[in-house]
Amino acid sequence: MALCFMEGNEAVAWGAKIAGCRFFAGYPITPATTIYNAMLAFLPPEGGVCLQGEDEIASMGFCLGASMAGAKTMTATSGPGISLYSEHISFAIASEIPLVIVDVQRLGPSTGSATRGADGDVQFLRWGNSGGQPVIVLAPTDVADCVTLTVHAFNLAETYRCPVFVAANKEISMTKESIDLEKLPIPKVVNRKTAPEGEAYIPFAVSEGSRVPDFLPIGADRLVRQTSSTHGEDGYLTVDPSTIQRFQDRRQEKITAAVDDFTFFDELPAQNADILLITYGVTARAARTVVAKLQAAGEPVALLVLKTLWPVPEALIRQKTQGVKRVVVAEMNMGQYLHEIQRICCDRTVDFIGTMDGNLISPARIEEVLSNG
Amino acid sequence: MDSLLNPQRPPVFCPGCAHDQVTKALDKALINMNLAGNQVVLVSDIGCSGLFDTFFNTHAFHGLHGRALTYATGLKMTRPELTVIVTMGDGGLGIGGAHLLSTCRRNIDLTLLVLNNFNYGMTGGQCSSTTPQEATVGSGFLNQIEKPMDVCKVAQAAGAAYTARSSAYRKNLPEAIEQAIRFNGFSLIDIWGVCPGRYTKRNKLTPASIEAQISEMPPADGPVEENQRPEYGSSYREKSAAQKAPSPPKTIEARFSAPETGRQEVMILGSAGQRIVTAGELLCLAGLTAGLRATLKNDYPITVLRGHSVSEVVLSDEEIDFTGIDSPKVVLALAQEGVNRKKSIFGTLADSARVFKAREVDLPATAADVVEVDFKALGIRPPDRALASLALMAGENRVLSVEMLKKALKTRFKGEVLEKALALVQKEMR
Repeated sequence: MALCFMEGNEAVAWGAKIAGCRFFAGYPITPATTIYNAMLAFLPPEGGVCLQGEDEIASMGFCLGASMAGAKTMTATSGPGISLYSEHISFAIASEIPLVIVDVQRLGPSTGSATRGADGDVQFLRWGNSGGQPVIVLAPTDVADCVTLTVHAFNLAETYRCPVFVAANKEISMTKESIDLEKLPIPKVVNRKTAPEGEAYIPFAVSEGSRVPDFLPIGADRLVRQTSSTHGEDGYLTVDPSTIQRFQDRRQEKITAAVDDFTFFDELPAQNADILLITYGVTARAARTVVAKLQAAGEPVALLVLKTLWPVPEALIRQKTQGVKRVVVAEMNMGQYLHEIQRICCDRTVDFIGTMDGNLISPARIEEVLSNG
Repeated sequence: MDSLLNPQRPPVFCPGCAHDQVTKALDKALINMNLAGNQVVLVSDIGCSGLFDTFFNTHAFHGLHGRALTYATGLKMTRPELTVIVTMGDGGLGIGGAHLLSTCRRNIDLTLLVLNNFNYGMTGGQCSSTTPQEATVGSGFLNQIEKPMDVCKVAQAAGAAYTARSSAYRKNLPEAIEQAIRFNGFSLIDIWGVCPGRYTKRNKLTPASIEAQISEMPPADGPVEENQRPEYGSSYREKSAAQKAPSPPKTIEARFSAPETGRQEVMILGSAGQRIVTAGELLCLAGLTAGLRATLKNDYPITVLRGHSVSEVVLSDEEIDFTGIDSPKVVLALAQEGVNRKKSIFGTLADSARVFKAREVDLPATAADVVEVDFKALGIRPPDRALASLALMAGENRVLSVEMLKKALKTRFKGEVLEKALALVQKEMR
């Protein structure tokens, strides 16, 4: 056996490299900076581009231009940077621009604590765009996930032409960990579907049975139009209500209708479990310690670790909570994803374990709540 | 070459709008340059200048207010062969000020046409960054107490290699635009014109008065001598080609057996300059040489040369889930700053836990087995104390063995640094 030793941010960069990332732009911010450092080491020698924007807004603008020019593109920041990304997140959603955005979450609110972890952005990532259209958010639990979920994030961005978030946490991203790279289940790399040759190109037209427009880069032989304004198939402004609604529906459905295809999760199942602990991110690790221990002692407790947070994998959650009397949600915030679980499990008790003090939620705390509910 | 204007989408500006003149002049410049639509991308943002991309049969990228230069930069860096032309108003110029300055500093091969009509036409004629103080605009008195900026002067100061100022009504505007596009670097033309819908309803401005005002401005008519330098993209590609690709992650073969089984937690409490993080990493690498899993969490303030430095290491022969430390088996207490940061841990230590404590450090009460080390008397300088402590642990076969530590050092260091580190370990062994 041969192990490597790397931090989550380095692992994200390896994932990006595997996925074929050709463009990165970012603005330094703890705890995301080492992703930028790694991309700056990777991309230029192989002919790719890594830029440092004058601010987060510029970095995202560079990324949108590069992605529309055909490059697989990624950026990375933390909560304060996501705030500044907001207008361009909306643009990427509205105008179907593939992009991977890594949010290495740190303790908020506001500038908060640069070197303290939290999962305080999970609703912000979902709703931090004007118009409220859905996004895809994946949440790693460890360094191995940082590699594989980043590859998945690129694949999903390419497949659905949308921004995809990797919601990491300082506690994963700046924690170094041993990892067996050779044993990682690396997904097959997917590229965006380009428009068939020899036909007139209509930038936002979708073929029969598809919800995603075929892509051509700006600079292709056929002309490409991109716009942040409300547009129709031709990429020009439209005021036609039926076209506008059709586009809203399509952008919504292309993401929400497909969630079963990218519902990533992990579990410690138990037959006839009375209690199901649901968590995500770094908290999954404390949860696993506790649930494994309780299961070994014969306790009827199961664990579900969500790695796809948005769109909410409702089918999975319904299936896993079937027959369970009590659901417990643990997350490093004041109760955010809790609302999604409460919505789905409205007919039973949903208890909550959460803190936002910069420390990991400990196994002892989880055990106390599971045992004394 | 034919006109690149889209006959299906003729310009829709207000009658008398200067933007009409610029549209025609830009088309003429593109015709003169023999450019086909698919060789050109027009990048625009919000405001009346944001309509430009819809009038031309070229590639188009229309985005958020003031951000056009950022999209253009991403496009040009990815497809250097494209002719990238950006239109912005004086509004976009103000809100995107940081992008203007940075684009000037970069000298990337884009052409920016500033359609300067001294107000925000689209939202009701409010003041912009170029509105004269004596003008009457939709922002009440606010423009009277702000100084307008000279776009060219600002750009020159920021390092723009090419700046020009023109009236929208000049006959040679197509040639001026062509010259700017042909310039290999960032070129900017500040084009002054009339906004009949808003600005000239309350202010007198004519082609003749524009010309008169421009004649009183400092000159800006092309290449800026002191800012001439290579274009950003070509410099970027040249530098990139000379960069060495990073080596793949180093793998460490399991070759030894660890002295202990199960989860082992070690906390290293020190201060900046004691190479605490390096020691944490060495301990993990040592674990890997025995096939152990390892996690390392570090905590230090943003002032990296002052204050506490804490490393938390977990080693285990099984997968490590929780990365926090509840009950360390070993604590290295090497500086007061680190001990103070983690005071609460000492009360919880088991009596089987071992603390190696530097002589000058005060510890909170603890049940652990405390061993005091007089590093000063041993002649071990502060930067070597963390490594020396690992050697003490290895000497007792506690968590790691001497051979694990030596292999970790050989993985991490080479040359003189390695020799010195090995010598230090050897000294501790004695």
